[in-house]
Amino acid sequence: MKISPWITLVFVLLLTVFAGWVAIPGETLDVGSFKADHPIQQGLDLQGGVQVLLQADPPAGTSVDKDTITGTRDTIERRVGGLGVSEPVVQTRGSNQIIVELPGVTDPEQAVEVVRQTALLEIIDTNGLYLAPGTKVNTTLGDANSTEAGTPTAAGGSPVASPAASPEASPVAGSTDASSDGPVYTTIISGADLKDAYRATGPLGQVVVGFELKGSAADHFYDFTSTHIGQPMSIVIDKTVISSPQINGAISDQGQIEGIAPKDVDNLVVQLKAGALAVPLKVVQSRVVGPSLGQDSIDKSLTAAIIGLGIVAFFMIVYYRLPGFLSVVALGIYTLLVLAIFKLLPVTLTLAGIAGFVLSVGMAVDANILIFSRLKEELRVGRTASQSVELGFAHAWPSIRDSNITSMITAAILYWFGQYTGATIITGFALTLFIGVAVSMFTAYNVTRTFLRLVLSSTHIHNTWWLGTKRPAASTSTSAAD
Amino acid sequence: MIEHLATYRKWWYILSIIVILPGVISLIFNGLDLGIDFTGGTIWEVKFDKTITTEQVKNVLADHGYTDTVIQTSSEDGGDNNVAIIRMEELPTPSAEKTELADALTAEIGPFTELQISTVGSSVSGQIARRAVLAVFVASIGILLYIAFAFRNTQAPVRYGAAAIVGMLHDVLLVLGVFSILGVIFKVQVDALFVTAILTVIGFSVHDTIVVFDRIRENLAKQSDPTFEGIVNYSLAQTIVRSVNTSLTVVFTLLALFLFGGESTRTFVLALLIGVVSGTYSSIFNASQLLVSWEEHDFQRWWAQLRGRVPSTATSR
Repeated sequence: MKISPWITLVFVLLLTVFAGWVAIPGETLDVGSFKADHPIQQGLDLQGGVQVLLQADPPAGTSVDKDTITGTRDTIERRVGGLGVSEPVVQTRGSNQIIVELPGVTDPEQAVEVVRQTALLEIIDTNGLYLAPGTKVNTTLGDANSTEAGTPTAAGGSPVASPAASPEASPVAGSTDASSDGPVYTTIISGADLKDAYRATGPLGQVVVGFELKGSAADHFYDFTSTHIGQPMSIVIDKTVISSPQINGAISDQGQIEGIAPKDVDNLVVQLKAGALAVPLKVVQSRVVGPSLGQDSIDKSLTAAIIGLGIVAFFMIVYYRLPGFLSVVALGIYTLLVLAIFKLLPVTLTLAGIAGFVLSVGMAVDANILIFSRLKEELRVGRTASQSVELGFAHAWPSIRDSNITSMITAAILYWFGQYTGATIITGFALTLFIGVAVSMFTAYNVTRTFLRLVLSSTHIHNTWWLGTKRPAASTSTSAAD
Repeated sequence: MIEHLATYRKWWYILSIIVILPGVISLIFNGLDLGIDFTGGTIWEVKFDKTITTEQVKNVLADHGYTDTVIQTSSEDGGDNNVAIIRMEELPTPSAEKTELADALTAEIGPFTELQISTVGSSVSGQIARRAVLAVFVASIGILLYIAFAFRNTQAPVRYGAAAIVGMLHDVLLVLGVFSILGVIFKVQVDALFVTAILTVIGFSVHDTIVVFDRIRENLAKQSDPTFEGIVNYSLAQTIVRSVNTSLTVVFTLLALFLFGGESTRTFVLALLIGVVSGTYSSIFNASQLLVSWEEHDFQRWWAQLRGRVPSTATSR
């Protein structure tokens, strides 16, 4: 090696100081809020939250393509944005599934409802008939059974009859479950035509959902309303009639939806604004973790990790003496580097991830043990300390490289497996293991070796007891078969 | 003896078979107690503000038509048994059914906090099981290929890969077997995290094996001993301290996680713990020995002996 170990040492120290600065929690020496912007991201199992796997549930006879799922994911992303969750994950999985993770949400059930509801808004031409609120209808955009049987949020509270509806109009479609062979009404406006939706106050001071239409839709709506004055039309959400106001005049680009229970108004606004889902979704997998469990797990795992690492440090120093001590220092640097990478990438830390980290510490120790075993062997055949460091390292390196590469192969396959099962729980483990193993190769190559070179190459150490051999190296000249 | 490990290889194989056999028998007859990740269903963990019994919870669920349930109670902090872990058929969150059940539990037992609830639909659980099998398979192939590549300069690179895979199967079978038995006795279920543990054990086992193989490769190149058996013996003697020490450090950390870590990763850590110990054992006492057996045509000889003996004992009567 041409590079002086002193230069490597300076490089390692600089890296350690930087990593330490990033890794150490709190606002100590936080320049430009860099540290505040890069916190450790805690997975669901640590901070609590909800994870759901949604699967497209298209009406019979239709299928979903990749674009539909991608579009649906974008819609969900916008809705999740409206929920104010800090680090949401919304990803497609396979050809017809979407995984949503909402860490730290306090009301998981409500969050799932907002995400999942299709909230397909339609304004339909009722052909002059008055449809009572709650009626299920078939429209030109699909029949009543194309949405889930469950009650949509928007209709969660029993909708009150719209005061705008003409009292003379007699209810015709009294049945609440329209069968597929019922009349099919023409959709004039759908959720896709909305420009905006907001909370507003109705004519009687009640809370309503106001909406605004896009240009072309507004023209279309104007055409329809101007020719149907005096007749009712129905505002339908998820195939359920919400209200059936009478058209009192031509409407172009603005309107209001009455008859929504006040508690559901905000959810509906989020859903309408973010757009309707392109396809109905059903929950096929869900996981809700309460915040108390998460905190308890963090505390216990951290205690366990500290105890475990303490025992390892003790063992290394007792068994390997001076090199053992050096390797403990190297492990300290290793830990700082890994934590810094976790923060910078960022890696979502989960319980399994903590286990992965602990395991990677074990593998990092292994690299050191390999080097020391070789070092001892070289000392036993009578080589000088500095020769032993170079040869021991050169002999240990192929093992370190090959064994760690196989570990990285399995970690990569684990990551792939994890993406199809539990999202961050398994991928978090795979990622921490992968990073841990990669960094351990780096520290073995650069940190442990540099330490050994600097400390052992100095001629001050003549008593090789410090290096873990039983007797001074100079006195032995036995074969390597010792 | 430590210098002649490969000479006693027949006995190590017998020891391995004795250790693995009970678990394998249990696997054949009982299989694994599969968790909701593979079967579909719900696990609901709730904490009441007072001591509860499994019967109390089971009765409330049965009253609402959920008869096929398994309830476990535990304490969160070593105190009263106030936490119930309910395994049941699929109970979607959110749903009217869940709200109804939660209300019933509150009314008939008392107020509770939901610690966690996981639901897996049956369509997803099938996918997870298939992926798990595929992941283990792909990992094996990947490892085999890498070892064959890393040992391409030896005479029979594929042998090293194959021997490492056999050692790995030893560890996987042991972990699966132990969990099959634990499933029968303690109702320990395996989940997706368990598959993660299995894959990690595979990684660790091969990691450990490669270090030993690397020594054999090096000693072969140096021609440290005239016979292959001698070379393996010598290589094992050189690496055994390192193997044990590495294994010990990992076992220390895992043991700490097992004893002081959270309840939710305990089975995961246990699977790792068994796998790591077994992985160290199998790389010394199985994978390396297999290389010798392969070279020495042991299995053909033992098979011939076995076949030769059966008629001879029959005629001697």
